[in-house]
Amino acid sequence: MADVVLQPNRAATAKTARKRSSLHNALRRKSTVAFLMTLPLILLIALLVIYPAFYAIHLATLNKSMQRFIGLSNFEFLFKRETFWLVVKQSCIFAITAVIFKAVLGFIIAHFVHNIPARGQRKWRGMLLVPWVIPPAMSTLAWLWLFDPSYSAFNYTLGLFGAGPIPWTGDALWARFSVILVNIWVGAPFFMIMYLAALKSVPEQLYEAAAIDGANWWQRIWYVTLPMMRNIIAITTLFSLIVTFANFDIVRILTAGGPLDHTHIFATWAFRVGIEGSDIPLGASVSLFMVPILAIAAIFILRDVNKRGNEA
Amino acid sequence: MADVALRKVVKRYDDVEAVRGIDLDIADHEFIVLVGPSGCGKSTTLRMIAGLEDISDGDILIGGDVVNDVPPKDRDIAMVFQNYALYPHMTVAENMSFGLRLKHYPKAEIKARVTEAARLLDITDLIDRKPKQLSGGQRQRVAMGRAIVRNPKVFLFDEPLSNLDAKLRVQMRIEIKKVHQKVRTTTVYVTHDQVEAMTLADRVVVMNKGRIEQIGTPNELYHKPATRFVAGFIGSPAMNFIPCRLEDVGGTLQIRLTDRIAFALPPARAARYNALPRTEKLLLGIRPEHLTESHAHLAPGVETFDTVLDVTEPMGMETLVYFGLDGTPVCGRVDPNAGAKDGAPMRLAMDLNNMHLLNEETGVVL
Repeated sequence: MADVVLQPNRAATAKTARKRSSLHNALRRKSTVAFLMTLPLILLIALLVIYPAFYAIHLATLNKSMQRFIGLSNFEFLFKRETFWLVVKQSCIFAITAVIFKAVLGFIIAHFVHNIPARGQRKWRGMLLVPWVIPPAMSTLAWLWLFDPSYSAFNYTLGLFGAGPIPWTGDALWARFSVILVNIWVGAPFFMIMYLAALKSVPEQLYEAAAIDGANWWQRIWYVTLPMMRNIIAITTLFSLIVTFANFDIVRILTAGGPLDHTHIFATWAFRVGIEGSDIPLGASVSLFMVPILAIAAIFILRDVNKRGNEA
Repeated sequence: MADVALRKVVKRYDDVEAVRGIDLDIADHEFIVLVGPSGCGKSTTLRMIAGLEDISDGDILIGGDVVNDVPPKDRDIAMVFQNYALYPHMTVAENMSFGLRLKHYPKAEIKARVTEAARLLDITDLIDRKPKQLSGGQRQRVAMGRAIVRNPKVFLFDEPLSNLDAKLRVQMRIEIKKVHQKVRTTTVYVTHDQVEAMTLADRVVVMNKGRIEQIGTPNELYHKPATRFVAGFIGSPAMNFIPCRLEDVGGTLQIRLTDRIAFALPPARAARYNALPRTEKLLLGIRPEHLTESHAHLAPGVETFDTVLDVTEPMGMETLVYFGLDGTPVCGRVDPNAGAKDGAPMRLAMDLNNMHLLNEETGVVL
């Protein structure tokens, strides 16, 4: 009889022991610990990114008064509007041109800084980072004054050479030029600092080997520097593409999208129709358009990085 | 192929002289090894020959032409680096052919040369791999292949085996020697390892503090060192230096090591050292292999003495014995069956026919 009573008890004890040991084992596994340690960050991302993202998708399916579900009607409406396609075109021109120039300029400046003797290098590095460090909203205000049609330093200087005043922010072409110029000015230092770090990690002996192999200055950049920096270039470009595509402050302050919507990009136009035009669902639909475009770019660039990841 | 000459070559960094006026003539086909402790200027000398460092003073000639201001690519040299310096994004074949491709050689010739070099170095199977997929020894072969395909006037090796483990180093050393026997290109090889220097070189250049201490064949350096530095640097375990003085006893010249130990010099040595002032402070230089166990029948010039061993190191084919002579540590090499034990007394024999006498102050071998 006693045995019969004890039996289930023993089984229960064994069960809890097993449970405890499996929990213990799970905790001991490195991946579990890693997951637990990243959990706060994952929760933060979920709260600040995933929730708003899904909320934006939800908003995009509502009517202007946010009372009624209308499915994809907001998108259909956008496709039929000329301004929308103008914004798509301008966003692409703005982001691609700015990123290319930032990358090229950053590469050239990084090379110059890299060749400055170590003692003076820190000073130059610090000074060249200034445009990137100042909040763009503030520095763009300074640019706004420089671009002022009647009293600006630019037009005054041009006047000294007899060149007529340029409508920096008044003419569609010049306005596009201006917003891209300011974006390059703000963003190039980021490329510079990333490329400088990459340049410093290229072993000096590779250049010496190339010099002995008969490579001239240009061939050393083409066959040694660029291949060694390819991953950094790809990641920096992707990062910059995302940030530039989603830019808001520079365009908003410099031209507010004008003249006649000719400098609007996704973020500024989303603000215009969503907040200023009081059609938040339509604004959400506009901003959602950035996702597929950037996703495709990200897939292409990251696939390339992965492919070469285990080369060096 | 070409000869190389250095004429009073100097390298200064700000106020530090790394290389202090080197004169060196390297014959066509010759294998020269620059050896010395770190900081002796051997790598700097090699890099000046390569054109990777400017020359502060003097001249460097390759094939009779002064190349002081000729950039590396126009010197027609090839260099193998300590860390291989292979281009990580190129395959083995691309690494090896890079120099030829830059010079726009015909594709067929590039392929033929790469195939031939790969065959010579036994890396034919690795030709499509990236450097990351290769072991240290294989990378070293590829680095050598890159040098060979160029068919340059001069090969320069900068400590090429330092990153390899001991076993592989011996193997690659033989490999390098074989390659040189086949291609016969003039070679300048830098190392801090005296074994590499002795085994590879036609002639060894021993450097110290930016100067050449001695140039000679491995045998010359071993048997007739010119200075205390060379005597101590070449050979392992290193040569013993025992303070001593000369004295005349009953018409024969004696060398006194301690109050207790003094030996009559063999006639040839006595004649050579007879003119030296008896007051001069001297060092007896004797290699461990000339300090062995005592036999019943000793050759003339071999003298015995009794000592107490401090430590013994059995090496298998021999046993190293360590003892002191008036506080100077001395190392000898005895037969493993000679009964040498830690702390035990032992009778040892010193072969004075192979002794060296050095001036203690100047370090010059007399």
